[in-house]
Amino acid sequence: MLTRIRTIALVLGLASLAALPPVALALDEPFYIDLFRRFMIFAIAAVSLNLILGYGGMVSFGHAAYLGIGGYAVGILAYYGIDNGFLQWGVAIGASALVALVIGAVSIRTSGIYFIMITLAFTQMLYFLGISVEEYGGDDGMSLLTLSQFGEWLDLSDATTFYYLVLAILIAFMYIVHRLVNSRFGMVIRAAKSNEVRTRAIGFSPYPYKLVAFMIAGAMCGLAGALLVNHTAYLTPDFMHWTRSGEIMFMVILGGVGTTAGPLVGTVALLLLEDTLSAWTTHWQLFLGIFLVLVVLFAKRGLAGLLPGGKRNG
Amino acid sequence: MADILLDVRGLVKTFGALRATDNVYLDIRAGETHAIIGPNGAGKTTLIGQLAGNIRPDAGGIHFDGEDITGLGASARARKGLARSFQITSIYREFTALDNVALAVQAHAGHSFRFWRPASKESTLRDPARTILHDLGLGDRADVQAANLAHGEQRQLEIAMVLATRPRMLLLDEPVAGMGVDESQRMVEFLSTLKGRQTIILVEHDMDAVFTLADRISVLVYGQVIASGTPEEIRANPEVRRAYLGEEAEA
Repeated sequence: MLTRIRTIALVLGLASLAALPPVALALDEPFYIDLFRRFMIFAIAAVSLNLILGYGGMVSFGHAAYLGIGGYAVGILAYYGIDNGFLQWGVAIGASALVALVIGAVSIRTSGIYFIMITLAFTQMLYFLGISVEEYGGDDGMSLLTLSQFGEWLDLSDATTFYYLVLAILIAFMYIVHRLVNSRFGMVIRAAKSNEVRTRAIGFSPYPYKLVAFMIAGAMCGLAGALLVNHTAYLTPDFMHWTRSGEIMFMVILGGVGTTAGPLVGTVALLLLEDTLSAWTTHWQLFLGIFLVLVVLFAKRGLAGLLPGGKRNG
Repeated sequence: MADILLDVRGLVKTFGALRATDNVYLDIRAGETHAIIGPNGAGKTTLIGQLAGNIRPDAGGIHFDGEDITGLGASARARKGLARSFQITSIYREFTALDNVALAVQAHAGHSFRFWRPASKESTLRDPARTILHDLGLGDRADVQAANLAHGEQRQLEIAMVLATRPRMLLLDEPVAGMGVDESQRMVEFLSTLKGRQTIILVEHDMDAVFTLADRISVLVYGQVIASGTPEEIRANPEVRRAYLGEEAEA
């Protein structure tokens, strides 16, 4: 079973992530806990995008919108002194699902380049909304004065605790997406991606299934936004900048669309590369671009696709 | 007549100056195999597309079992029991043969808002799919990725998917196109086992297949039905010979 190799690789990868905090602390390099926590938060966003892009064929160029919605949900509630984490994160998830419902309801009626442009346009609207609302810092953004509060048993100001919470959510979401895409529901959205005409011809109406998938992905990414604002303790409209949407898309494509491990691999690879290259040269984006072109040309199924046993069934 | 399953009245479809479907009337009786033949460019695939709901006619109406379905889309018609195969094989290439057919079963097994249980472990989807694959001689190819099946097998797989929807009427667009002699013979044999049990509209260029399978034949030329009748009547019809069969004989 070649697929077993991929499963083992994934488990080893997650185990390394689990082992990172004690090692980092032992080496007196707590910086790495912070670094990989950021990686994992973006991996959660990438996992959610992979559900609709990788399995549903919906190339959303506006996925950062939900990072913003999630971030602002937490930030605005905190601004008014509501720091209950369960409430904040619940609102982040719910608001993101609702925004995804609206964006999806319009954009899923289109396909191809139109879908890409409409999702981008919606996210740009939200971005400029963020810039224009001076009450919440406008262009400059605002600090998150208190982190989300979950009572004394879960303290986000403890770097290691926060790290393991992010890891747990990441693993849970990877598992949820894995279950979703193999369920009846997931088979419909994958079928619609594979051959929409055939899917209609056997009697499916893909639209409601794609819309629900779009909402689930938005809700998941909204939670990533709530995590991100707690991670940075600062909120700016840049959460929703279109380059951020592009970055999340690259994470998925780099890692391998429609694979369980792909988004995680792609995120860690992309962000590590960004950090390494930008420390080395100011023209790092040029080299990053060349690398991405090479991956797209020569490893069509992404980095995860380089592992043996490449059955694309999640 | 009570036993008319599909009633096509005055169907018109134009593409610019081309009248691809020109005032077509057809009535398809329940249980018959009705072949539609005609030279290339006669508008056969356009007609099938309108019957299946992929193409919207400019004028005319389509009634299925007494109900006006002219305004329904392809998926709604499929749920009513009109299932089509395509001239160019339309399957899920990256799924296994079994997945392909199981999806067709799933499309007719209630809603699919079931999020957790793996579809591949649902025997209510997999068992009927296996049976149909077996019937089509693809039983031992169930776990092969559809893209890796031979061309003829892919054609068979598409027929399997069509049947898995438990259709009340099959719209088959050149089911033996591109098949080898043996394969096409097996397909014709299989389709003949459906005769009487299924209502079939068969668009086909292979005249052997048509005259073996069809109870009635309609001849389409330049978007118009120029003749309709039993195989014997069509064979004897001078207009048909001139417009179509003669042309074939010369070629």
